[in-house]
Amino acid sequence: MTRSIVQAEPRPGEVTVERTRNGGTYVPRFDIYETDSELVLFGDMPGVAPEDLDIRFENRELTITGKVARRHEGIDFLYGEYGIGDFYRSFTIGESIDGSKISAELKNGVLTLHLPKVEEAQPKKIEVKAG
Amino acid sequence: MLTTRRQPMGIWQEMNRWQEEMDRLFDRWGVPVPRRFAQAVYPPLNLWEDDNCLYVEAELPGMELEDLEIFVNGENQLTIKGERKQPELEEGTWHRQERAYGSFQRTVELPQPVEPDKVTAEFKLGILTITLPKKEEVRPHRIEVKAG
Repeated sequence: MTRSIVQAEPRPGEVTVERTRNGGTYVPRFDIYETDSELVLFGDMPGVAPEDLDIRFENRELTITGKVARRHEGIDFLYGEYGIGDFYRSFTIGESIDGSKISAELKNGVLTLHLPKVEEAQPKKIEVKAG
Repeated sequence: MLTTRRQPMGIWQEMNRWQEEMDRLFDRWGVPVPRRFAQAVYPPLNLWEDDNCLYVEAELPGMELEDLEIFVNGENQLTIKGERKQPELEEGTWHRQERAYGSFQRTVELPQPVEPDKVTAEFKLGILTITLPKKEEVRPHRIEVKAG
């Protein structure tokens, strides 16, 4: 069970694209659970509007990018405890996911992603017939 | 108090550490940014002002405005209170639990007295913004300078 989702590490020789937006990039926190039929991800991405969210699933790699409007441009905080920047995270998904059926919902700053498994990856119950 | 639940052993621990390193790497330069979660004070706040108002902002993803209690005590204390609930899991297994849940309460002193009756709050995309109009006597008054 625990090997099905693995955090993506840069592969040797892979080119890392540097981001060019000001304000830093944050790693959003995620909860993930798995059922027989799907993986469900919940991510905290406050400040991201649905149109500024980019979710891709290619070669078992799920990438989530959320652009956050720079709402404090030119404001000096009297007191500041957190910074504001975009969100970026990627996961390598070990399970066979049906990419065409992935669905996403963004509500009150929380992203919910449903990744349905392909039929073959779902556990089959073997009927045992009484002889 | 708010706690972060973590997988106890093995590979998950490694990954959480990696996660923390990434967090540290990406903390915005120049602004002291404490740990976002699992910290003594939650939620973290940003505070700024213009001539007429003080503004307090907090990131509270997953909350609803009606689940938050916001009040001004006296003229210069602001309290934010609420509870963040974990999604119910009917079947399946948690692989990763990085987000924090639980009750929180925070009271902060405001740098200037405000009008408690005129405080408004807005909650959008998981961000709470509280607008606190300053008391008349602390608002700056523009002095018109006439050309002689």
